[in-house]
Amino acid sequence: MQGSISLGNDPKFQYLLRIGDTTLVLGQRIAEWCGHAPVLEEDIALANMALDLIGQARAVLTHAGAVDGRGHDEDQLAFLRAERDYRNVTLAELPRGDFAFTVVRNTIVATFLKLLWEKLADSSDAELAAIAGKAVKEARYHQQHAADWVARLGDGTDESRRRTESALATAWLYTPELFAADAVDEAARASGLGPRWSELKDAWLAEMTEILAEGGLAVPGEQSFVSTGKQGVHTEHMGHMLSEMQHLQRAFPGGAW
Amino acid sequence: MTTTKAEWPLWEVFVRSKSGLDHKHCGSLHAADPKMALQMARDVYTRRQEGTSVWVVRSDQIVASDPGDKDMYFDPAEDKVYRHPTFYKLPDAVDHM
Repeated sequence: MQGSISLGNDPKFQYLLRIGDTTLVLGQRIAEWCGHAPVLEEDIALANMALDLIGQARAVLTHAGAVDGRGHDEDQLAFLRAERDYRNVTLAELPRGDFAFTVVRNTIVATFLKLLWEKLADSSDAELAAIAGKAVKEARYHQQHAADWVARLGDGTDESRRRTESALATAWLYTPELFAADAVDEAARASGLGPRWSELKDAWLAEMTEILAEGGLAVPGEQSFVSTGKQGVHTEHMGHMLSEMQHLQRAFPGGAW
Repeated sequence: MTTTKAEWPLWEVFVRSKSGLDHKHCGSLHAADPKMALQMARDVYTRRQEGTSVWVVRSDQIVASDPGDKDMYFDPAEDKVYRHPTFYKLPDAVDHM
């Protein structure tokens, strides 16, 4: 069994991990739909999106490994860290839920990531800027695809509306974390690496309001709970997800195909 | 064609490839409306860089010739080789003919 790797605490590295891990973990969750989506066409669409996100994670984690300077590649970072060393937002790690939850979460995260990649395209870090330039095209499509489903489900049958409202109520609890400011954000802003995530909130809320209105859905109210995935403190779901995600690299170190 | 109320209509998908000059039929899919059909066509048929443009059309909007009319429709052209412009010598500068 392969042991876990240890990591540095440089703010730039942490900022990159937040992006790489959020895309990695959400990609893993979306990939769980493979073979289970409501219709064949959507099954393929979700798998495409999962692969886009995992591709983004590969690029960002490879770069993060270089920044950390301990010789870790994308696979080691993705599969050989202890749970506390993952920096994804909590929303990404929640179980895939029903189709409505997946659609709502994908809309929330894709809207956020689209805005983030747009800013990161101007990063002082040329490598990150290049990754962002490619990723923003993918995020735009992810947002549009998920948002269309929000309109269809919100404005669909009684059941689809009930499930979408319930999904929104749950997912929304985890959105304040996206915009919670801290020292890692400040350091990124100061160095020109990327925006404080809090700067994206107004644009995100405006786009979400418009998307939800298409489905006749109201924006849930503000609340005070702030989840802590970005700090490495995760929900009880994270460990279960990691045990499945990490199994191959732990059992067969360096395995490739 | 028998359909139940719950089933989404069928759409035919046409993709113009990078190198191609026109849209070519590449398959079909189910979708609830034109917007969804276009997105699904993108996801199902262009994920290996096949396309630069996609058309979708409702399958029930296509008018097709009857296979039973095949002899009457197409066989008469069989022995009329003079309808092909193969008796002209083309200058080298003329491409795509």
